[in-house]
Amino acid sequence: MGMWIFLYSELILFGGLFLLYAVYSNRYPREFSMAAKNLSQLPGALNTVVLLTSSLFMVLSTIGVRSDSRRDALLYLGGTIICALIFLVIKGFEWHAKYEHGLIPNSATMLEKPKGEMIFFSLYFILTGLHSIHVLIGIFLLSLMAWWIHRGKLSKENYVYLENSGLYWHFVDLIWIYIFPLFYVVVP
Amino acid sequence: MENHENTDNLLQAREQPSFLSSRGSDGSGNRPDGAAFPSLSSWLFSTDHKRIGILYLVSILSFFTIGVVLGLLLRLKLMTPGSNLMGPQTYNAVFTVHGVIMIFLVVIPSNSASFGNIFLPMQIGANDVFFPRLNLLSWWLYISGAVLAVASLFSGGGAPDTGWTFYVPFSTVTKTNVSLSVLAVFILGFSSILTGLNFITSVHRLRAPEMSWQRVPLFTWSIYFTSWIQVLATPILAVTVLLVFLERFLGFGLFDPAKGGDPILYQHLFWIYSHPAVYIMILPAMGIVSDIIPVFSRKPIFGYHFIVASGFLIAFAGSLVWGHHMFVSGMSDAAVAVFSFLTFVVAIPSAIKVFNWIATLYKGSIHITPPFLYSLSFIFLFSLGGLCGLVIGSAGTDMHVHDTYFVVAHFHYVIFGGTMFGFFAGLHFWLPKIFGRMYSFPWAIRGWVLLTAGFNVLYFPMLVMGLQGMPRRYYDYLPHFQSLQMVSTVGSWITVLGLLVMFVNLFHGMRKGEAASENPWGGATLEWTISSPPPSENFAGPPSITRDPYDFRGIQYPDA
Amino acid sequence: MTETRTSNDPKVSAVLFPFSVGIWLFLLALTGLTLLNSLFNLGRLNIWIALSISTCKAGLVAIFFMHLKDEPPFIQYVFLLSLALVAIFVGFTFFDVWYR
Repeated sequence: MGMWIFLYSELILFGGLFLLYAVYSNRYPREFSMAAKNLSQLPGALNTVVLLTSSLFMVLSTIGVRSDSRRDALLYLGGTIICALIFLVIKGFEWHAKYEHGLIPNSATMLEKPKGEMIFFSLYFILTGLHSIHVLIGIFLLSLMAWWIHRGKLSKENYVYLENSGLYWHFVDLIWIYIFPLFYVVVP
Repeated sequence: MENHENTDNLLQAREQPSFLSSRGSDGSGNRPDGAAFPSLSSWLFSTDHKRIGILYLVSILSFFTIGVVLGLLLRLKLMTPGSNLMGPQTYNAVFTVHGVIMIFLVVIPSNSASFGNIFLPMQIGANDVFFPRLNLLSWWLYISGAVLAVASLFSGGGAPDTGWTFYVPFSTVTKTNVSLSVLAVFILGFSSILTGLNFITSVHRLRAPEMSWQRVPLFTWSIYFTSWIQVLATPILAVTVLLVFLERFLGFGLFDPAKGGDPILYQHLFWIYSHPAVYIMILPAMGIVSDIIPVFSRKPIFGYHFIVASGFLIAFAGSLVWGHHMFVSGMSDAAVAVFSFLTFVVAIPSAIKVFNWIATLYKGSIHITPPFLYSLSFIFLFSLGGLCGLVIGSAGTDMHVHDTYFVVAHFHYVIFGGTMFGFFAGLHFWLPKIFGRMYSFPWAIRGWVLLTAGFNVLYFPMLVMGLQGMPRRYYDYLPHFQSLQMVSTVGSWITVLGLLVMFVNLFHGMRKGEAASENPWGGATLEWTISSPPPSENFAGPPSITRDPYDFRGIQYPDA
Repeated sequence: MTETRTSNDPKVSAVLFPFSVGIWLFLLALTGLTLLNSLFNLGRLNIWIALSISTCKAGLVAIFFMHLKDEPPFIQYVFLLSLALVAIFVGFTFFDVWYR
């Protein structure tokens, strides 16, 4: 129950940022479309698939623990963590590309762009940034869970912590499910 | 209708050391030599909810003292017009820091983190909260945030001068140390969220088996609703101050018109949290009053279910009215109309509570005690402040009083006269339970008289000045305001005298007062069934619940 | 901490495993749909279609991966309440933004 309550608060946290997106996209519809062209759909779509897969692995890992198969549990949990790392790597490449093109807030290039585009990029960086921080925290959390499974602290009889970590991880996936269309769905 | 199991709890408790003096980091265990104080670290790293509650109590009272001193300085400066006592920059910093300390370090945690921590588990028949270590973490986060807030006064560009509301664009461009302050607020927010999470889970999962939802005391109900607001509203504050931080450091322009941003959106986000925050402040205090009034009327509370329902409605409706802080900000007329209407709606549940408290007094067997007197002051001051709130909530009249002393008086009436008087009532009601000693009634009443009278002398003139047009946060003012300003400053001195008398009396009472019994007031809720001070382990086994929380049949009111 | 847990016998994994993979495939298909949506210019409709698909995906993850369907009703209601709260925050802000 505690984890669910924490997730409600996280929902509101991201909700505030989505509020800003809603208001500004309504105010600058064309600039948002223009700016979104700078985001390549491939990494966005790839990251979506990666996170969805990581969520699957998370579920399979929990099934593994419940079926008393420590090997399966660790295997799939490892898969989740690897997916998470892949996500961050892809995101890192994306951000690096933006940096190379000077498309970061307050840069000379950025300041010459139309206002709506500046807002789009600010929102992009804060939303993906905050999300990535949550992914990073998730990696630490899941690694801890893997360690606990290995040490027998999590087992068929007592796997509440794993379930709660799973809830957290699925939530991270949920947020990305919304970030993806808001920034990467470019309409010609 | 005393029941044997609860008597057993008492008997066992007398054999155990109290939670104050026992050794060990979780507050358990015996000291062979008896009464000497346990180590500092056994307090600072305790996971015992009672010790954590006291840690909060001490912290909150310390910061309250600092906040009061700052307030006194402000009143001293404002006693005469013109340049005196401090320069304008310092003045801006003083009222900002006064606000930040009072709101984030004192009032928001005041009733829930201190009394909630100590008494919620007892009232539901539990031995601790659901996540004791998270509870300790919450306190350490609170202290970390407090340290950072204090550090911001002496580092960077100095104390922030934006007002506690940190409005953009000033907060993004000012050279003062806003960044550290908002970081402090961010951390304090997490403390609040985690505490709320802990209390909600505790009420759901740790109630004694026989304690149905209908037997939960109203104080616990109030903490429960407050906790939901803490969990669901505080994240918005977190994200808002994060954005200010990013704008200052990395040039993100989400609120900067030059970069396409909208400063009014900051106000929306800020008040989406900060309005529910005032309900975080008031609901626990209302809960305390709801628990106190029946005890000293020897009568069940009138309309228990209505009070619970009104608590829920205040929490819910209070999340819908934030725009009433923004009537003159440039918001659309449509929004002004919607928020003004909803503000009147949220006044209704508060009025229901006041009605129910008065109805409880009617034909009750009244016992005049300090907690009772403070509760009466609460009802009077809160109602007065609430009525002023209607003037401000009505958009048309707000045009004239927005950002004037009228608003300052309003919120001090409801926050100081409301929440803090509820806190003082709680202190007088519950300190004898926590420390097992009783304070002097005559001195408590003298303090109460000074405090209540001084409070009105301090703030009532502000209502008048506000209507006459005196703007808030202004360093200087026109000469015709001087007489009322002076009256108000004298009021501040009387108020502080009252506070001193009250605190000295309480402190002296808790150290040297006569021993208090386990139930000096004849209360019917569970905290009065265990010893004063309570043992480390509140209840030997789940207590059996045979009465409603305000059913006093069979409980004698102890003769003085 | 959930009380309603299905029993931990091997049958569980025999059923849950393929079921979870099935949900995952469905999620991938919906992602594909989102991409498809971006190929056609439908004006304002595009973003609403994309968000609706996202909501379906989110619903699947919440209900099946997070086991929201197995949680006590209280947990489910508050989840919806939190969503409603965000919707109210956005909606009321639009009372301002739309009518200025």
